[in-house]
Amino acid sequence: MELMDIFELSLLLLLVICGISTCVSKNLMVSLIIFMAYSVIMSIIWALLQAPDLAITEAAVGAGISGVLMFLSLKKIRDIRRKEAEHET
Amino acid sequence: MLQNLWDHRIACAAVVLFAIGFATLLLHRNLMKKIIALNIMDTATYLFLTSLGYISNRTASIITDGVTEMERYVNPLPAGLVLTGIVVSVSVTAVLLGLTIRLYQRYHTLNLDEIYMMAQQEQEEDT
Amino acid sequence: MKHNLRRWLAQWDAGELDFTAKTASPELPQPRAETEWSKEPVRRLERRQAAAFNRIYPVLAAILCTVMIGFLFFTVSELPAFGSSDSPAHNEVTKRYVEQGMAETGAVNTVSGVILDYRAFDTLGESHVLFTATTAVLILLLTAQEEAEPKQQREIMQRDPILRQTAKIVVPLAMLFGIYVIFNGHLGPGGGFAGGSVIGGALILYVVSFGFERLEKLLNLKTFRIIVLCALCFYSLSKCYSFFCGANGLETIFSAGTPGRIFSAGLILPLNIAVGIVVACTMYGFYSLFRRGRI
Repeated sequence: MELMDIFELSLLLLLVICGISTCVSKNLMVSLIIFMAYSVIMSIIWALLQAPDLAITEAAVGAGISGVLMFLSLKKIRDIRRKEAEHET
Repeated sequence: MLQNLWDHRIACAAVVLFAIGFATLLLHRNLMKKIIALNIMDTATYLFLTSLGYISNRTASIITDGVTEMERYVNPLPAGLVLTGIVVSVSVTAVLLGLTIRLYQRYHTLNLDEIYMMAQQEQEEDT
Repeated sequence: MKHNLRRWLAQWDAGELDFTAKTASPELPQPRAETEWSKEPVRRLERRQAAAFNRIYPVLAAILCTVMIGFLFFTVSELPAFGSSDSPAHNEVTKRYVEQGMAETGAVNTVSGVILDYRAFDTLGESHVLFTATTAVLILLLTAQEEAEPKQQREIMQRDPILRQTAKIVVPLAMLFGIYVIFNGHLGPGGGFAGGSVIGGALILYVVSFGFERLEKLLNLKTFRIIVLCALCFYSLSKCYSFFCGANGLETIFSAGTPGRIFSAGLILPLNIAVGIVVACTMYGFYSLFRRGRI
């Protein structure tokens, strides 16, 4: 039981660190990757809290699909910027 | 009080995460950052709800060996509520991202202050 | 008017209604072509106001955050003991769900029994939220130009051997796991939402590594609409039937069956499949809309 407490505490610490560094980091790409790591840690904590349904859903949705959607919108924004640059030259 | 805070360390982590998300939502100008912060606030709330449903030394509420006493399982209600919330939050994220892309197409910036000023200029030119 | 409506409906039914032509019509306000935006406020008074606001706003926001976090920590410190079984959250409703749930709904997984039988109305609303979100993204991102993404760039990604070989192994496994999670929703952890998002992720991985062309024969806008509409209508009709029967849980003509079998638990398995289809299609639709501006 002692070991599980240490595990849980380190997961919570990692969660808070990931949350802070997501919000602080300057590069949007970096903060998105850290956000996906945050989701995976969150799903492990939910498995520890005896909620396996939530763990599966968060691992698929938070780490997979929201991250992919945000990456895609970043890519789309970069495409628009590049098209604009081509238009000006 | 400190003892109770230590016992509720998961809820404390949820409060800290909520505060981080809220501060970023208020202070950051970038729209993408705001969306990520909103997601962090979402998950913090769900973590708090799930921690309220947990009962120590009990297993997940999947009935095993035909035992249906309450004394063996954790509370299934918060898990059901949060499951609904997760899927709604991903659709909200998708709509917000779509709106962000449209704003970028029109104003070519992600900074909310600049967008606001440009929208004001536009309004003034129209009237 | 009536004739117009009928023609519009026929067009809509044939999938011919072109939103993009509507958005390109000259009556709508068009984006300004080449105006130089000045990044400063226009009037002088406003400029001074904006400077004052920019100075005071971070301070106010920090104070607000500090006050809020203080209140929340105070609330947490006053909560009933963590993990205790007699906290007010575990009341008679939960007791009823756990103790009678298996007999009444036939679902071994109590969470699934709660969200798809006792509280099926919640889940019905949530499926419609997903559908509405897809529609909103469709309106926002449907583009007029055919090729939103340069072809060359797409081919570079599809020629990557590591991605292709990994996808060949991972996509069938992920698809199988998603189907397993959906069909086991009433027996173990999982259900429509989890399984649907796993299948959606597998579809996205397939499209990333092999391109849209092959999947498009199976899943284009027309089939997407039919599938999602059928799933939502099935769910709504079964909920309507339960309202007709007194809105006490989710009554069905099927019996609950033996708990633990795969064909048991009345309507929960079909509803899980319906929800899974809606979620998987929605996730794929989001991806496709963000990537190339159409489904």
